[in-house]
Parts: sequence; C-alpha cells; structure tokens
Amino acid sequence: MSEVRKDLKYLDTHEWVKLDGNIATIGISDYAQHSLGDIVYLELNQVGDKVSYKKSFAAIESVKAASDINSPVTGIVVEVNESLMDTPELINEDAYSAWLIKVEITDESSLSGLLNAEEYTTICK
Amino acid sequence: MQVNHRYFPHTKKDIEEMLTIIGKNKVEELFESIPKSKLLNEELDLPSSLNELDLYKKLEDIGNLNKRLVSFLGAGAYDNYTPSAVKAIASRQEFLTSYTPYQAEISQGTLQYIFEFQSLVCELTQMDASNASMYDGATATVEAIFMAVAHTKREKVLIANTINPNTLEVIKTYLKYKNIEIVLVESTNFLVSLDDLKQKLDSDIAAFVLQTPNFYGYLEDIDVKDLLEANKSLYIVNAPLCDLAVLKSPGEMKADIACGEAQSMGLSLSFGGPYLGYLACKNFLLRKLPGRIVGLTNDIEGRRAFVLTLQAREQHIKREKASSNICSNQSLMALQVLLYAMLMGKNGLVNYSYDSFNKAHYFYNELLKLDNFKKVTDNEFFKEFVVMYTGDIEKLNNELLNNNILGGLNLEKISNELKNQMLLCINYTKTKEEIDNFINIVRGIK
Repeated sequence: MSEVRKDLKYLDTHEWVKLDGNIATIGISDYAQHSLGDIVYLELNQVGDKVSYKKSFAAIESVKAASDINSPVTGIVVEVNESLMDTPELINEDAYSAWLIKVEITDESSLSGLLNAEEYTTICK
Repeated sequence: MQVNHRYFPHTKKDIEEMLTIIGKNKVEELFESIPKSKLLNEELDLPSSLNELDLYKKLEDIGNLNKRLVSFLGAGAYDNYTPSAVKAIASRQEFLTSYTPYQAEISQGTLQYIFEFQSLVCELTQMDASNASMYDGATATVEAIFMAVAHTKREKVLIANTINPNTLEVIKTYLKYKNIEIVLVESTNFLVSLDDLKQKLDSDIAAFVLQTPNFYGYLEDIDVKDLLEANKSLYIVNAPLCDLAVLKSPGEMKADIACGEAQSMGLSLSFGGPYLGYLACKNFLLRKLPGRIVGLTNDIEGRRAFVLTLQAREQHIKREKASSNICSNQSLMALQVLLYAMLMGKNGLVNYSYDSFNKAHYFYNELLKLDNFKKVTDNEFFKEFVVMYTGDIEKLNNELLNNNILGGLNLEKISNELKNQMLLCINYTKTKEEIDNFINIVRGIK
C-alpha cells in the first residue's frame, strides 16, 4: 500500500506539490516510485526555466520504464535538487523527501485543478 | 499471371478463389486505378534464360568493360587498401552470417568486437563513449545534431559551410522533418570564418558543426570551445576516423560530440560502400547517444561479460520519447574497420598516414611546377587539396581517363565561385611512378 500524504496536493499523473506561499515544491508520489521500480536516471530542467501546469518538465527512467514528469503548477524554476542527479535512488527510499524542483508560481489559476489527498487516493486504487 | 510459376506460390485455383471473394473477374482489374497510358501494353523485352556457364561468361564480358583506374579523386570517398587478412577474418561464418543479435548477451563474440570497435573509436577521437557504429558519416552527423538538440532543447544549428556538400544534403533531409533550422557559417580562403560564427551564435543555437579536414582538404584549426560553452551550445566535430591517427582529435579540440566516416580504414569503394559512420561523445551526453552501446561487466559468478547497455531504455522503453530511434549499426563494416586497425597496429596507422601526407605534398609540389596549375591557398592540408587549373578541367579529366586515371573533382560543380579549381586527393596507395605518370600526362596537354 503506497503512502499518500495528507498535507500535499497531487496531479492525476502522480506528482505531488507542497505549497508554501508562492513557492511550490514538486516531487513524484510514493505510488509513482513503486510503479516505476528501481529509478536509475533523472533528467531535470534548470533554474530559470519556465514550467507549465500539466506539462512535462523532467524525465525519469527506471529499470523498466521511462516517464515524463509533469508540473502541477505554472511558474519559474528557482531551485533544482542537484543531489538526485547522482543518486536518483533516493526517490525510491522516500518519494516525499526527495523533491525534484522548487517553482515560483506565476499563475495561480491552475491551483484549483490540483487533487487533495483523498481524491488522489482513489486514483491510486 | 494465369500460368503457374515455379517462383510464385499462388496456384490458378488460389487466384480464382481470391478474386471471387473480392468480387473481381481478372487480376488486371486490380490495377485499373493506374492510367492506361502509363501501362506497358506489350511483353517485357527480356533475353531468354542462360545456363550457368553461359551466364558466367556473359557476366565476365560485362565485367571486362570496367576500366581499372588509378584514382586521384577523394571528396568523401577514399581509395585504400584492405589487407587480405581483414577479409579472411571478417568472412568467417561466425561473423559473416550472424545477423543482429536479438538475444544480445548470448552472442558474446559479437558484443566483444563491438566493444573493441567502440574502444578504438574512443581512443582515436579521445572521447569518453562511442556507440556500436552508424550507417555512414553523414547520418552519424545527423544523429550528433539530434543529440545536441535534445540536450539543449534548442532548435537551430550552425554548420560550417566547408562541410562535405553530400553530408549537408543528408542533414537537410533529416532536419526538415524535425523542424530544426540550419544556419550556414560562411568561410574565407576555404576555412570557416570565426567572425561569421560569432555573429550568428545566439541563444537559440544548439550546436556548431565543423568538419576537419574540411571538404576542401584543409585543417580547420580554430579554438571555439569557450565561445560555444559560454553560449551553452555544443561543439560537434566531424573528422575521418583514419586521419585521427595523426591529426588533432575531436577530444583535443574539446568537442562534445565526434562523428564522421570510417570508410578509409579498409572498406572498399564498390558502388558507394558500404560506408561506416562513427559517433562518440563526452560522458555527460551518454544518455543521449543513440543506437547500440556495448558495455563490459561481470556476471554473477564474477566472469567477464559484454552486455548491451542503455540501449534497451532508448529503443524499447523510451520509444517515442527517445531522441532517436535508430537501432541498426553497420556491424560487419565496424568489424572490418576494427580488424584493419588491429592488423595495421598503432605504428601502421601512423606510418601510413605520414606516407599519405608525404605523397600528397610531393604531388602538390610537382603540380605547382607545371605552367597550367596555380596555387590558390597556403592552408595546411593532409591528403587532399585544391589547385587552380588554367585550362578546361573537363578536358583534362577526359585525357586522364584515356590514360586510366580518375582525375580530381571539378569544383565548379559545387560552386560557381570555384571556377577553374579542382579538388585532388592521394594517399599511401599511390606510388611515385603513378604520381609522376599523372604529372607527365598533364605536362603533355596543350
């Protein structure tokens, strides 16, 4: 059974987002890391890049699949978790502490489209 | 169509059954959409069949129409010698008849020679990683551009206009369908213009592609790495693999990707090939390197094992997300190039390169002693160069052909600005007598 954190918002494509003022911290869910299996490679965008709601900003590869990672918010990347580039397996260890990027939100209109923990849990069944 | 044929599997009965099901009376009705005026309304004019002996003699007669020429033509296709040991080893059935290994790891022998080919490419180019080979130098250059576009997420490339025009045509064909824009960097005196490069370099440029020795045979010795790096653009160097035994390698030029042709390492010139491309890169681009890559590891019992690595991800898992979906390589050609290099050895490759250099420069100097040949530049060259001929190049080439010599390329065919200029190439395969014979024939032309 995968963990769904109550304090986070989600996308139906299995990304989580933690909102703190206008800064969004983004990662992939525990369910996603379980489904992918052993993660071996992560390709992230860079600080200053624009990201858009439900648009791909990164690619992740495991021993059995390759997926795009979509952004739950629209904004500009302000921080990238560089430590994951060499040790992407940290995502398997704890998907909720292994954040990928932090984004400064520039358009709040899409925030209402995010799922809460309860709604996301039904998707993971 | 109605007669049962030994090579056609369908019987008259089969055909009638099929026609009944689709509601047609005659096979010809299937071709009614072709305009009548485009149909051949007569029997094919083919000679009757021959027995094996007669056929052999006929083909021999046709073969004898070929002229054996001494080639002074290069321009991307290079006369060279394939040691008989290369052919003997490459034609062993374990190599020759084995098709691409789908259960790759079962074919340890195949994977081992691919691994060794990759090691050869890395050593000559001074790059970190090589793939298992590409179709030819032109498609390898295309894949290098795709890598740069995928890495930088930019959709424009700068290409030095001193690149082989055939390579450029292939690049244009591929890039057209990927909406990647090509901007040519101008040249002066047969060398790329650094000023023009600086002018055209902007934040949309994924990479700069430079061929050296360039199409005209001249060494493009410019240091552009810092310039490109500051612009976050990649540096792609296209260089013939063979020449890297003595010339500055792409690695030494600080290229991010190296690509090019390996034909001149023991591959023949029969009807355009087969040629062999190579593609190598720095480690940070490894995930973008397309095609097959063989790695070396240990199995669970600690024994040495060769495995396909990363490839599964690119083609079998990433699929449409991959930067390229090329799966093939020119394995048998890669084997021949590897064998050529192994049998020649380091000293062999270096010595033959010096031999090519010396003969080309002897030839060049002898030509310039003639009244009707003029120097066009003082640029450094290796085995290929441009000279001006004051007479008619086509007439000259015809006269050479009458003497069983294949002359140089009339550069007017490439550009109107290069009137009266020809591109000549020679390497270690030519003897002093052959060079002197060329000079004497030219001297005799009024």
